[in-house]
Formats: sequence, C-alpha cells, structure tokens
Amino acid sequence: MKKRGFADLFFLLLVVYLVLPVVATMLYAFATNWNKTIMPEGLTFKWLATLFQDAEFIQAFGRSVLLSSGAVVIALLVIVPAIFVIVLYFPKYEKWIQMAVVMVYSFPGIILAVGLIRVYSKFGVPMILVVLGAYVVGILPYIYQGTRNSLRNVDARQLLDAAQLLGVSKLQAFTKILLPTVYPGLFAGALLSFSVLFGEFVLINLVVGSRFETVQIYLMKKLNTSGHIASAVVLIYIVLMGLLTFAIATLTKRSKGATNL
Amino acid sequence: MIVLISKRQTVAWLSPFLVLVLLFFLVPLLYMLITSFQNSDGFTLAQYQSVLTNDYILQGFTNSITLSVISAVIALIVTLFAVYAIMRFSEPVREKILILTNLTSNFSGIPLAFAFIVLLGNSGLFTLLFDKWGIGTLSSFSLYSWGGLLLIYIYFQLPLALMLLYPIYDGIQQQWKEAAALLGASTWQFWMKIGVPVMLPGIVGTFSVLFANAMGAYASAYALTGSNYNLVAIRIGSLIKGDIFAQPELASAIAVILAVTMVTAMLLSEWSISKTRRKL
Repeated sequence: MKKRGFADLFFLLLVVYLVLPVVATMLYAFATNWNKTIMPEGLTFKWLATLFQDAEFIQAFGRSVLLSSGAVVIALLVIVPAIFVIVLYFPKYEKWIQMAVVMVYSFPGIILAVGLIRVYSKFGVPMILVVLGAYVVGILPYIYQGTRNSLRNVDARQLLDAAQLLGVSKLQAFTKILLPTVYPGLFAGALLSFSVLFGEFVLINLVVGSRFETVQIYLMKKLNTSGHIASAVVLIYIVLMGLLTFAIATLTKRSKGATNL
Repeated sequence: MIVLISKRQTVAWLSPFLVLVLLFFLVPLLYMLITSFQNSDGFTLAQYQSVLTNDYILQGFTNSITLSVISAVIALIVTLFAVYAIMRFSEPVREKILILTNLTSNFSGIPLAFAFIVLLGNSGLFTLLFDKWGIGTLSSFSLYSWGGLLLIYIYFQLPLALMLLYPIYDGIQQQWKEAAALLGASTWQFWMKIGVPVMLPGIVGTFSVLFANAMGAYASAYALTGSNYNLVAIRIGSLIKGDIFAQPELASAIAVILAVTMVTAMLLSEWSISKTRRKL
C-alpha cells in the first residue's frame, strides 16, 4: 500500500510538471502586467489583439501553414503510393522502408542541416525548396506508421485481387477500395506530420533563416523583445496543437473501432 | 494468379520516393561524411584533429553527454513509477492521460523555452515566489544555466519516456502477477524477480532513445542561451550559421562525431538487450 502511494506521487508530480508551464504561458498571454506580483495584476485581450493586427505575424502564420501542409501533401502523393506498392507487391523489401524510417527518425535536424547546407548552398537552389524536400522525407515515419497500421487491419492484397478479378482497373481499385480503408489512419498520420512540421525550428532557422520567417522564427524574434506578444504566439500554438491532438485521437479511435467489426 | 504489377508501374510509383530520400537525406549525409575527410589537397584528418584537440568543442561534448544522460535517467525513473500508477486507472482515464502526453510532446523547442522563462526567468512566477518567501538558495537559481537547461530537457524527455514505457508495462500480464502471488511472492518480489527483468530490455532501449533525443536537441537551448551555453548542437549551429566565422568543414566533422556517439549508444543498447535476452 505504501508503495502504491509512492507511485501516485510520482504520477502527480509528472502531471503538474507537464501542465504547469503550459497553463502559466497561456495565463501570461492574458495578463496586463506580471512582473512584480505572484498572480497577474489584471486580465486583457490586448496582446492577442495586437498580435492579430500584426501583418508580420499573419504572414509568418501563412508561411508556416503553407510550408507544413505543402510538405504533407507532397508526402501523401509520393510516399503513400510507394508504401502501398512495397507492402502489397514486394513485402520482402519492406524492411528497407523500415530501416529508412528508423534512420530518418533518429537523425536529428542539427546533423541533417549541416549536410543540406554543404550540398545545396553552392548550387544556387532556393534553400526553401531544400527544406521542403527535407520536411517531406522527415515525416516519412509518421506517414508510414499511419498507412501501415490501417493496412494491417484489412487483407489489402486480397481486396485488391478480388477487385481486379471483377474487372476494376488498378487505379480504381486503389482509389475506391484501398484509400477509403486506410483513410482514418492516414489522415491521423498527416495531421501528426503537420503538427510536427509546424513546430520545426532547426532546419528552417539554420538552412533558410529569416528570409522565410515562419511562426517559430517570429516567436524566436519576439522572445527577447516582447514577452507578452511571445506568450500570445505560444497561446495560439498551444490551441492549434490541442485541436490537432484531439482530432488525431478521435481519428485513431475510429480506425481502431473499424478493426473490431 | 493475376499479373500483379508491371515493371514500368513499379518504377513509376517508387522512383519519386527513392529520389526524395536520396536527394534530401542520404546524399547530404554521405556528402557531409566524405567532405569531413577532405580539404583542398585531398584526404585529410585535419578537421578531426582540430576537433579532438579543441578543448572548447570537447567541453561541448562533455556538457551534452552529461545533460543527456542525467535528463534521460531522471525522466526514466519518474515515468517508471508514473506509468505504474497510470496502469491502475480505468481505460478511459488512461486514454485521456495519453492524449495529454501527446499534446505536451508537441510542446518543445522555442515555445517550451519561453514557458520556462515565464515560470523561472528573471521575473518569472516562481522566481518572484521564492524571493517573497525568502528562499535564498532557490531565488538565486538561474534558468540560463546548466540547471535551467536540465529542467527543460527533463520536460521534453518525459512525454517520450511515457509513450515508450507504456507499451512495455502493458506487456506485463495480470496472470503472471496472480501466478506469482499464488506461489507466495510479494508485490515487491514479483517486480524484482519477474516484472523488471522482463521489462529491462525495453527500459534500456528507452534510455538510448532518450539519450539520442537529448543529444540532438537544439532549439530550446538556443532559445534560452543563444550561443552562450556550450553544447555540441549549439557549436554545430554557430559554425554553420555564422556569416563571417562559418566553418562548414569543422561543423561536418563535429556532426559526424555526434552521429557516431548516437549510433554507438543505440548499438550498445542493442547489445545489452540481446545479452539480457540470452540470460532470461
């Protein structure tokens, strides 16, 4: 019994430690003044309003959304068909994809940034395209996991063979039968990828820099100039991540529910 | 059997993917590896020599390794107990906890550093609190130091540790506990003799992932201390970003050594896992 209380204590500690910084930052975004007192002196929407009137922020937000969703769309168009082909027709090569997944997942941005700069900086390629390409490859683990989990739930190969026996073309079988089956898992993977890329700072900062100011770079700039504006940015970031996490959880639950049928 | 897929179709579906992986992953990393051994005269070890004889860079490695090991150990111990507590909650509650964990795992990098500035920065919430209560030792705590970085590193290790340990705990079957209890083992004995040894490979694997995760982290430390605090990742960043003092060759060599450190940690954990498996 004593040990049980001990474990609960650690759990409580963990939750407080994880939640406290999030709550404090959100509160700071609404605080009029919070430099001398324990609790904010008053509450205001001034900082959020200022932020939304700042064209620079709106543009940065637009760039982040564009870059992240662009990478996700390309990944869906390029990576998903490749995973399908391997899983369905060349299962013995799947271990190569898994190896690529592990490598991409474990190589940190700081190392990749060095390689990207060394190769591409002298060619005159727009570096933003280089980062975009690196983003597409970088989300391979999430896209693979999303696709693979849903494919495991159905015997995709048999479905596809049956459809083709009934005279449907390969493309139709793919779009009308396979895609709807893997849709929830794939969509969850896409949202997860988006949220990871939206928070990415290392590559965009080191490879491109302030020439393409994303939300993360905007935040970094405001960190030293205005704490209140920075906290408003973080507030918006947290709300967005919250919505995405909730959507991913719902989708994952749904795709799991489909298995039990 | 139906003709499965033509060669041309295979190539059409696979080649864009392969090209992307080559262009934006394999080629940059290989090129970095090769050029780290090159200068204008051809093959050289000069870059490595200057890294390994540079006290400042070596100190960066020491700092990074210490920070990574300590943050990984603390996160591992806390989550080991926390997951034990979580396992006894009902399914819906556990699900909510996992969603919360997922949410906080996104909370890293610059936003995380800022959150800790709000709490513990120069006029942070707790800094004021400690001042008011007159806890001198605590109020002199500086977030912009090793201690502050450790707090932030622990923060981003916790959700990852939890997500990795959760399925490992899940593997401990209720029947084992019941069987052990029937044979007269106490809960403590069950965990010491059965539970922990079964989970040990998973725990070691989790540790190496956490270690690698911290070794490669850059954004939080950069946001908090700029280029002031000496970590390997920060050194690499300033060597490739500095417009005047950019030394990409040196950065390549450091990056290669960092990669080797991380791969070694992974291999060591693989090795210890296979060793404990054989023992079991």
